Amino acid sequence: MKSPIIHFAKTIASSARDLAPIAIVIAFFQLFILKQPIPNMDEIALGSILVVVGLTFFVYGLEMGLFPIGESMAFSFARKGSVFWLLTFAFCLGFGTTVAEPALIAVSQKAARIAAQGGVIETTDIAIKQYARGLKFTVAFSVGLAAIVGVLRIIKGWPIQWIIMGGYLLVVGMTMIAPVEIIGIAYDSGGVTTSTITVPLMTALGIGLASSIKGRNPMLDGFGLIALASLTPMIFVMAYGMLYS
Amino acid sequence: MNELIKFFWTFLHTITDVLPIAGIIFGFQFLVIRKKIPNLKRVLTGFFYVIFGLALFLQGLEDALFPIGKLMAAQLTDPEFIRQSVFASVAKTIPETIAQGAQIIEFHWSQYFWVYIFAFTIGFSTTIAEPSLLAVAIKANEVSGGSIGIWGLRIAVAIGVAFGISLGSWRIVTGLPLHWFIISGYIIVVIQTLYSPKLIIPLAYDSGGVTTSTVTVPIVAALGIGLATSVPGRSPLIDGFGLIAFASLFPIISVLAYAQLSEWYGKKNTEQFNKVTTKKRE
Repeated sequence: MKSPIIHFAKTIASSARDLAPIAIVIAFFQLFILKQPIPNMDEIALGSILVVVGLTFFVYGLEMGLFPIGESMAFSFARKGSVFWLLTFAFCLGFGTTVAEPALIAVSQKAARIAAQGGVIETTDIAIKQYARGLKFTVAFSVGLAAIVGVLRIIKGWPIQWIIMGGYLLVVGMTMIAPVEIIGIAYDSGGVTTSTITVPLMTALGIGLASSIKGRNPMLDGFGLIALASLTPMIFVMAYGMLYS
Repeated sequence: MNELIKFFWTFLHTITDVLPIAGIIFGFQFLVIRKKIPNLKRVLTGFFYVIFGLALFLQGLEDALFPIGKLMAAQLTDPEFIRQSVFASVAKTIPETIAQGAQIIEFHWSQYFWVYIFAFTIGFSTTIAEPSLLAVAIKANEVSGGSIGIWGLRIAVAIGVAFGISLGSWRIVTGLPLHWFIISGYIIVVIQTLYSPKLIIPLAYDSGGVTTSTVTVPIVAALGIGLATSVPGRSPLIDGFGLIAFASLFPIISVLAYAQLSEWYGKKNTEQFNKVTTKKRE
């Protein structure tokens, strides 16, 4: 067994290596292209140390907490055999992790401002807030729905590509009729919903389920939850934009 | 001291972000599954590490990376900088008249070349540092019995993001409609799906969603808004969006391409890979 200190040092070193490319890119552009000194060197150095140590702890916690709990819950649900509770859990996980996502809150506020500018809603604060809140819940609901579909898919063994391609067709079709202003936001909303804590949990849940259900392959059936969770928000945000206009 | 107080707030903020998730997990565990969590102490320590690590990580990003990243995005898209870099490189070929009316000219899209290079390199490097991609890569490596390398996947995804963001910047500069690009991207994905090794498809689809989170989004968003503000005829509110969409579509293409390439170049590896994963299934 390796000593924990050596292991920790190795993890720190690999975190530092992960972040080195950013430092190189920024230093290169700042010094050679923009030809400016790097401001606040000490603050940047301190911040970089925090980032490296933070990433190290995160990876540790991932292996100790998030992965095991995701998988052990998947095993328990599979053994319990209650599809209803499993789907309820999946929905709550998708909805709950998305509704509190800071990136989503920022995006929905921007969307509300665009809608107000475009004359879709009134330019009052109340109308904007209402629009933003509605949008946020719409996206969170769509991620919850994606989790249900994704878990059902794992149970039934449906191939992911048909569902995704069907989703693509829907996105393309809706793009043709959705208001132009909403399209950019809708496309972006797919990417912002999946946060740093949701992704490991969802992945562990999918892989845990696929490895505990007979006849499922963790590689073939375990992945795919994230893909669905980034597809449904696009559809629902466009639908939201269409209903409002 | 000030730093400590700031960290305390970030820490509290991270806790409130994680709280609903923890509530759902432990709620279901106690009310529905009704079984003790195996290694409860270890799991709780792990949760603490995740929150603590994420708080440090975010604090560090706020202090170090975001201010300079956003500043650089703004400077690189500044018309003044673009004019200078154009004069520095192709000064001889620029007609007098354009040079005189420099304040109102619209730059040719190729004159934003430093923006594309910045978009490519910053997209690549922030993706390598993305914690959720690392998490998925660790899992994929484990599940595939080691035949999908952690670095192989991360680099494939990072190339996709890099390419996506630079193409997305070019789109903002030229003002072409976003949905043409995304729909063409979908068509490529569909064609690739037909010819890709089956086992990689779900992972490739997933890698689209994982790439854009904590590190990439703020800097990329700053780049998009900077570009849309400085390019004449673009509105930051409308054209500033879309970069994230590019960054979540192109990794699917690059990961599928990576799988196809490794299949062509090493049939042996794929056979071994299939063997390992089928063994896992049994």
